[in-house]
Amino acid sequence: METHAEAGKEGKPLCASVDLQGDSSLQVEISDAVSERDKVKFTVQTKSCLPYFARTEFSVVRQHEEFIWLHDAYVENEEYAGLIIPPAPPRPDFEASREKLQKLGEGDSSVTREEFAKMKQELEAEYLAIFKKTVAMHEVFLQRLAAHPTLRRDHNFFVFLEYGQDLSVRGKNRKELLGGFLRNIVKSADEALITGMSGLKEVDDFFEHERTFLLEYHTRIRDACLRADRVMRAHKCLADDYIPISAALSSLGTQEVNQLRTSFLKLAELFERLRKLEGRVASDEDLKLSDMLRYYMRDSQAAKDLLYRRLRALADYENANKALDKARTRNREVRPAESHQQLCCQRFERLSDSAKQELMDFKSRRVSSFRKNLIELAELELKHAKASTLILRNTLVALKGEP
Amino acid sequence: MAAEREPPPLGDGKPTDFEDLEDGEDLFTSTVSTLESSPSSPEPASLPAEDISANSNGPKPTEVGLDDDREDLFAEATEEVSLDSPEREPILSSEPSPAVTPVTPTTLIAPRIESKSMSAPVIFDRSREEIEEEANGDIFDIEIGVSDPEKVGDGMNAYMAYRVTTKTSLSMFSKSEFSVKRRFSDFLGLHSKLASKYLHVGYIVPPAPEKSIVGMTKVKVGKEDSSSTEFVEKRRAALERYLQRTVKHPTLLQDPDLRQFLESSELPRAVNTQALSGAGILRMVNKAADAVNKMTIKMNESDAWFEEKQQQFENLDQQLRKLHASVEALVCHRKELSANTAAFAKSAAMLGNSEDHTALSRALSQLAEVEEKIDQLHQEQAFADFYMFSELLSDYIRLIAAVKGVFDHRMKCWQKWEDAQITLLKKREAEAKMMVANKPDKIQQAKNEIREWEAKVQQGERDFEQISKTIRKEVGRFEKERVKDFKTVIIKYLESLVQTQQQLIKYWEAFLPEAKAIA
Repeated sequence: METHAEAGKEGKPLCASVDLQGDSSLQVEISDAVSERDKVKFTVQTKSCLPYFARTEFSVVRQHEEFIWLHDAYVENEEYAGLIIPPAPPRPDFEASREKLQKLGEGDSSVTREEFAKMKQELEAEYLAIFKKTVAMHEVFLQRLAAHPTLRRDHNFFVFLEYGQDLSVRGKNRKELLGGFLRNIVKSADEALITGMSGLKEVDDFFEHERTFLLEYHTRIRDACLRADRVMRAHKCLADDYIPISAALSSLGTQEVNQLRTSFLKLAELFERLRKLEGRVASDEDLKLSDMLRYYMRDSQAAKDLLYRRLRALADYENANKALDKARTRNREVRPAESHQQLCCQRFERLSDSAKQELMDFKSRRVSSFRKNLIELAELELKHAKASTLILRNTLVALKGEP
Repeated sequence: MAAEREPPPLGDGKPTDFEDLEDGEDLFTSTVSTLESSPSSPEPASLPAEDISANSNGPKPTEVGLDDDREDLFAEATEEVSLDSPEREPILSSEPSPAVTPVTPTTLIAPRIESKSMSAPVIFDRSREEIEEEANGDIFDIEIGVSDPEKVGDGMNAYMAYRVTTKTSLSMFSKSEFSVKRRFSDFLGLHSKLASKYLHVGYIVPPAPEKSIVGMTKVKVGKEDSSSTEFVEKRRAALERYLQRTVKHPTLLQDPDLRQFLESSELPRAVNTQALSGAGILRMVNKAADAVNKMTIKMNESDAWFEEKQQQFENLDQQLRKLHASVEALVCHRKELSANTAAFAKSAAMLGNSEDHTALSRALSQLAEVEEKIDQLHQEQAFADFYMFSELLSDYIRLIAAVKGVFDHRMKCWQKWEDAQITLLKKREAEAKMMVANKPDKIQQAKNEIREWEAKVQQGERDFEQISKTIRKEVGRFEKERVKDFKTVIIKYLESLVQTQQQLIKYWEAFLPEAKAIA
């Protein structure tokens, strides 16, 4: 199935979880996207007056794997060890939606034509919403990179934005998969570091606090995100229930010959409109609450990763100190040990400084994003509740007015 | 006024006289005279009723503004009455004849139906009922409440006792407010009695709530959880609706068994209502037999009204079942939404706890509180969904089954009449044979049998007419009640939805400043 999304043309990203101060020297957006059988093709458009690029306006077509390649390149780059790397966008997943559409197509004979049309419409809207979201996620990733003073100057980033050909990022081969596996083991060791089980002494109060905070925060926001998803899905389910109810009331109304005729028909209309409103409540909850929680779950993981890296640097520094002491006592190879220790110290301090800044940015980003989304959520909920009340009241007046 | 009129000589009392007449007045007089000269009046007691209906000026003149029921009946009948408008005039005109007009439409209808002879008792029964109705009026001042479910006894012999409270100003009751304790099988016993008396003559007896072995066992075993309290509440509400519907029925309200149920402190235990009792099994077997019989009865429906109505009810049944299934899904999903909202509220509270920015932390805790309140709202709405909407539909699905049953009884009645006619024919053939064979004693026997079967045929026809008339009236009343019922419940349900939305507005309006306060 081919779906196009003019995401960029809509102006602002759908995922308003990140407040990006627009800097006109480098503007990136996803101006178009096409969904094919098993992949999505994003058209990344760049406008820039920076000297790194050959032209001021250009676009390329990228697929999800290429975004992941870019993300991994940043993560593996030592230069950015002291920065929070924007979380990679999740893989586009239309499986569930496709399955539902297929099941609907296989048909259920007890469903009337109108019901079928409505259900199809709902599923198509769902598919489109998922599509728009994945475009927004990919776009926000690029835009955060473009907004960051250090990250935006990365060579791989330029290549990603400008290189016309396919980046030939093939799927991981066995060696890389194994490498990934090993990396996970190292990660668990990092977990030990960060949870303080390895006995590493934290020297800075700020980081001590951040460590305990982030560990707990990440777990809880992940929980909240999962449960918010369930609420949203239950709400959607409820809205869909109104379809057969409205259809049945409609049939009842057309068959009646007495005063109930108008009552049933009005009720059928009411439920149809309520359905649309409930659907909107569900999708607003999705965008303003679930998506925001999900984004900050990923961002807090990226922050945790930063803390790992810093702690590893601290561990290296401590080891270098111990090695230096040993060298001094044995009075052998003191010079290399000294320079190594100095390097580790510098690296550690560099990381600590930039990490501190990054973590404070993370907090202010988080707070302002939550504020914006919670306000918008409350306003939308109010809007929908008021609209529901209005149509309910109108129907009541109409029903009571009849003889 | 009719007394002033000289009934025209009716020598033969042949029913066909009626068909010769053209205009309303004559029709009327001939009707009266046919009644007076009707050869077979098995119910002499009905004659006084004749006086009341035909001759007295009594309440009639003031009742020219007919009560709803009668109007309905007349309205329905006019479609099929092939006679022209003159018969309407007696009602509308201000001539002396209006004194008897309220009866006229009824008596006009009776002849029109397939019958070829008029039976006096049938008509008078109708009039008597109508008079009774008029006396009671359309206002049924009686209110029933079922409350205070109480567990009595222990173990598997335990049962729930419900308090049945009646508030009424009707004179047939000795007190204006009284209550008794009844158990579920008592209600079933009441229904069983009413059904056996009234169903087969065409009255739509409201069905009792269904038995539930699983539900009751849980209660007996003493499970004090929310599902058994829900079950008891569901049953209590169903019993209350059942009684309300039953007392609303003017004929059933007169029944002594109903009165005993409502009034007397001790009630003989209804044992035949147990699911697995001998009587219960017999009932099941009979029901199955009925179903088979129904399929084999090929009735010559000469009255399109019945066919139409049956089709209508069939369609209504199907649609209600569909709607009911969808509403049940709605209830289920709303409960799920409530549970999920509660879970989210908890995790939002936890998130608020770990958030180190003070203002955001407070806002998240407030969000958690809002979501908790919304969870409550969803739960209450789910109750409304169920008790108002879903139960109304399931009540009517069972009521329509009772309506269908009544139509089936009419078919059986017709079958009986048919069979009597066939047997009569056979008896006549037998007589003819005897005549030819010239066996005098056998001839006498044959003649006796013919007389017997002629009476049976007449009775069969009368019964059929009666049940048809009753059904028409019952269906009219049922439809009126249905319209009222549905409208009332729909309005109540919509009001519950409005309530929910208004609460939502309140909660979110309280939350908004908290969100804005995040600095």
